[in-house]
Amino acid sequence: MHVVTVTHTGRGTPKVAKTNSVVKKVVMAVSGIVMLLYLVAHVVGNLKVFAGRDSFNSYSEWIRTVGEPAVPHQTVLTIVRIVLVVAVVAHFWAAVSLWRQAKKARPQAYVTKKSVAQSYASRTMRWGGVIVLLFIIWHILDLTVGAVNPDGTDSTPYDRLVASFQNPFITAFYVVALILLGMHLRHGIWSVTQTLGQSNRRRERTVNAFALVFSTLLIGGFLLVPFSVLFGLVD
Amino acid sequence: MQSSVGNTDAGKRGMNLTLRIWRQKDPSVKGKMVSYKVTDISPDMSFLEMLDVLNEQLIMQGDDPVAFDHDCREGICGMCGVMINGEAHGPQQTTTCQLHMRSFKDGDKIDIEPWRASPFPVIKDLAVDRRAFDRIIQAGGYISVPTGTAPEAHATPVPKKDSDAAFDAATCIGCGACVAACPNASSMLFTAAKVTHLGLLPQGQPERDDRVVNMVAQQDREGFGGCTNIGECSHACPKGISMETISRLNHDLLGALRAGARPKS
Repeated sequence: MHVVTVTHTGRGTPKVAKTNSVVKKVVMAVSGIVMLLYLVAHVVGNLKVFAGRDSFNSYSEWIRTVGEPAVPHQTVLTIVRIVLVVAVVAHFWAAVSLWRQAKKARPQAYVTKKSVAQSYASRTMRWGGVIVLLFIIWHILDLTVGAVNPDGTDSTPYDRLVASFQNPFITAFYVVALILLGMHLRHGIWSVTQTLGQSNRRRERTVNAFALVFSTLLIGGFLLVPFSVLFGLVD
Repeated sequence: MQSSVGNTDAGKRGMNLTLRIWRQKDPSVKGKMVSYKVTDISPDMSFLEMLDVLNEQLIMQGDDPVAFDHDCREGICGMCGVMINGEAHGPQQTTTCQLHMRSFKDGDKIDIEPWRASPFPVIKDLAVDRRAFDRIIQAGGYISVPTGTAPEAHATPVPKKDSDAAFDAATCIGCGACVAACPNASSMLFTAAKVTHLGLLPQGQPERDDRVVNMVAQQDREGFGGCTNIGECSHACPKGISMETISRLNHDLLGALRAGARPKS
């Protein structure tokens, strides 16, 4: 009788992460979940804009002062930022690594190739992801730092927001990027359940329906603010 | 390059088709698409019989016939398989041998290419080397049992639900259509079908953790791409293996890694 030997090389060996494509997928899924949870908190904060300038600005201030005086200024914010940067880097690393693996796996393209099952969302995961990343960098420079904002760095968060979205070109860029992000999430949520081994034939439909509804609501929430500014509901 | 072959009483009842076929003499040379015309093709012919007609004509003309893999021609061996107009095994969810010419119409142009994946190098024309799949199986797609008299069937009861799901996965014939259809050239559906088939049965339990880590490690070593859960594989699979098997593989793999199983190097 043939006996297979199991080699126990201790916990958390980096060797596995380097060679195993499924482990890369898990890194992608977990970092994706972290960023998704952040987006939910983000959209809730955004909606404070409808409570007025003071409410929005004081919320922005609260994010920086929460926990004081027990912890120093901006402690919570700094922790959130570190977690997010780690998540973005991990997500990006896994994506690039799997992208290169896929390229190497099919060096010769088909002359004719039909796609019968893939959705627009799944087709745009890679380049869409890159565009979303560029958007996030610009978005931080615009509304967090103010470096590329029409009102500049010396302004309140509310002023920066209104100044940006009163420009239809900036609003258009946000809309395009957010729709791409929505499609990214729509395929991402489904993909997470598969990668973490939580999907099955029965759940497939529910997961996909949930992914669609969730992404639509989330992106709808994000789009509410720029459109409200553009149409003068918020100024 | 265009050469015309076919019956002399062309086009009376059957279909006239233009085929563009990938011709490649051997792995060392570059291939290209070459056009051929076939005439009077009966809608009752299988796709492979249509290629047989073409090859007879090519042989009569003294040309090199098109090489393609085939064996049982009953849709159960997994030997045949080509990309037909950009779809693995063509427009029907079946094997190439069970695809019939009634799926096409007179005057159609049909592109025929081999499976494209670096672990499946072209041997000649439409025939590819799929031994990468054999090596994935050798890495863990088996169970170890003492030989001798078959055991009493009732000694190991299997729940109906499990045996059904295991059998669904066991219908995989290893044709490679999943890899061919996958935008990433990933072999996940194949490996997942084997992991599901053996992992759901009591006989598969002793090696379950080692099986999944070793088979996944082997498919990475072979150079297949990673799964992005797009679903082209399941759609192209002549046996309709479901994406659920991939989720089960992932679940098993994470459990096995947590339990300390590591691939053999």
